[in-house]
Amino acid sequence: MRMYIQTFLYKYIVFLYRIQEKKFDFLYGYRYNNYHSRIEGQQKSQNGVFMIVRKYMKNFLKYKYLLKELVVKNIKLKYRRSYLGVLWTLIEPLLQMLVLTLVFGTFFGKDDPQYPVYILTGRLLFGFYSSATKAGLKAVSGNASMIKKVYVPKYIYVLSSVLSNFVTFLISLIVLVGVAAVLHVKPTIYLLEAVVPLLILFVFTIGCGLILATLNVFFRDIEYIWSVFTLLLMYASAIFYQPTKIINSGNSWIFDINPLFMCIANFRNAVLYGQPMQMSYFVTSSAFAFVSVVIGVILFYKNQDKFILYV
Amino acid sequence: MQKDVAIQVKDVGIRFHLSQERVDNLKEYMIKFLRRDLKYNEFWALKDISFDILKGQRLGVLGLNGSGKSTLLKVVSGVLKPTAGTIRTNGVIAPLLELGAGFSPEYTGRENIYLYGAVLGYTKDFLDEKFDEIVDFSGLGKFIEVPVKNYSSGMKSRLGFSIATVVEPDILILDEVLSVGDKKFRKKSENKIMSMFDKGVTVLFVSHSLEQVKRLCDQAIILDSGRLVAHGPVEKVARVYKEMTE
Repeated sequence: MRMYIQTFLYKYIVFLYRIQEKKFDFLYGYRYNNYHSRIEGQQKSQNGVFMIVRKYMKNFLKYKYLLKELVVKNIKLKYRRSYLGVLWTLIEPLLQMLVLTLVFGTFFGKDDPQYPVYILTGRLLFGFYSSATKAGLKAVSGNASMIKKVYVPKYIYVLSSVLSNFVTFLISLIVLVGVAAVLHVKPTIYLLEAVVPLLILFVFTIGCGLILATLNVFFRDIEYIWSVFTLLLMYASAIFYQPTKIINSGNSWIFDINPLFMCIANFRNAVLYGQPMQMSYFVTSSAFAFVSVVIGVILFYKNQDKFILYV
Repeated sequence: MQKDVAIQVKDVGIRFHLSQERVDNLKEYMIKFLRRDLKYNEFWALKDISFDILKGQRLGVLGLNGSGKSTLLKVVSGVLKPTAGTIRTNGVIAPLLELGAGFSPEYTGRENIYLYGAVLGYTKDFLDEKFDEIVDFSGLGKFIEVPVKNYSSGMKSRLGFSIATVVEPDILILDEVLSVGDKKFRKKSENKIMSMFDKGVTVLFVSHSLEQVKRLCDQAIILDSGRLVAHGPVEKVARVYKEMTE
């Protein structure tokens, strides 16, 4: 009896398994009836979603070392020939914070002893977004000589420019730790949540980088439009003023469509205010990040074979 | 694909758009788009090219300027994607095209070995292992610590050649690079390529020089305005080419 049940179960499982396979044919890109024809079928067609993803993963792993080399190169060359070198990643935001505190402190931060931390959090995240998108924008058009001569997966250029900016951004967070300590900002358990807005911003920036890099190949105007746009974005992201000022004036929509502001706000909640993050900001900015990456990847892949003809 | 085929080129075509004036800014694009004025002249740089190179064969590509030779090399090395048809390659490819194109001028020779090596798809371990060999072969000595922007063009291509050939390739793509550096280095590089020939590497070689092709290759093709006009043993094809050019 037990034997019978076992065989039955076995057959049933095999049956289910076959149905699964049929259903997901489009994913695997091949169809097989028994184990032996499987290998053959696999070679015949490589159009399934999984097969394509696997192919790209394999290619990515092959060029993982190149990605690292490019990130290192971008960071190394940025500070080569300067006496203070990488220290500038710390000094620059610190000086900017001082200037902004001096200029806006009397307007916006009168009774807030921790106003410099407020500015620094905004400035650092905005600085990352603006410099990373600018670098991503030029990642393809600026590497024209390479793209024309050697085969390298082209998204590596975009990824490496965003990544190298992210690394320098992470280094510059040391300044934030220092300033926060000096101004007695007390770390709370919510500090752990600071990782979340940073990751969302990182993903969002990659999406934007892919979109901008693609557009800039075909229209060199994007570069100029984007620098004006980032200026606008800076004023719309509550870097040196309190967001309540805008919200109270009935223009809260500015923040509702600004994922950068949402990331900054949640980052401040974690670092400065010791509050849990605002869920609506978390959800909306994640959605923005996801959509930008999807659009970016599709746009990039649809056009990347044409790049070489335009750069 | 059969096992003994190294490169399979099948019905390959490359189409370029030649617009009369380059439209690369938004304003012009919008205006032309609205006026339905976006016209392109189609131009096939390659059309219906099919051939196989068997393992160990050395194929010379002959043709006049603008016949599509370099485009063909770019397609085979993967830089350009064909508009039509397929390319299949079997084995490790070393493209010796425009040596040193991937160098970063601010970087020193040492740093560039790692960067360019990574561009060619080598691993870090492999480069660590072969580093001395590359420096030795390039003959750069202490200049390896100098930024590449201060190199002469000969030094640059010597370094490029040394990096590109340190891997033991199955397929070698050559674009008249045998004229690298001074006489001494040229001899050295020719010897290196010859030793690869002895190991049975498959070669795709582009040249204007009939003599060179005859000396290095056993098979040849002729391209004329992007079309394949002849394919066969080098002696036969050379005769056809001679008639064509005279």
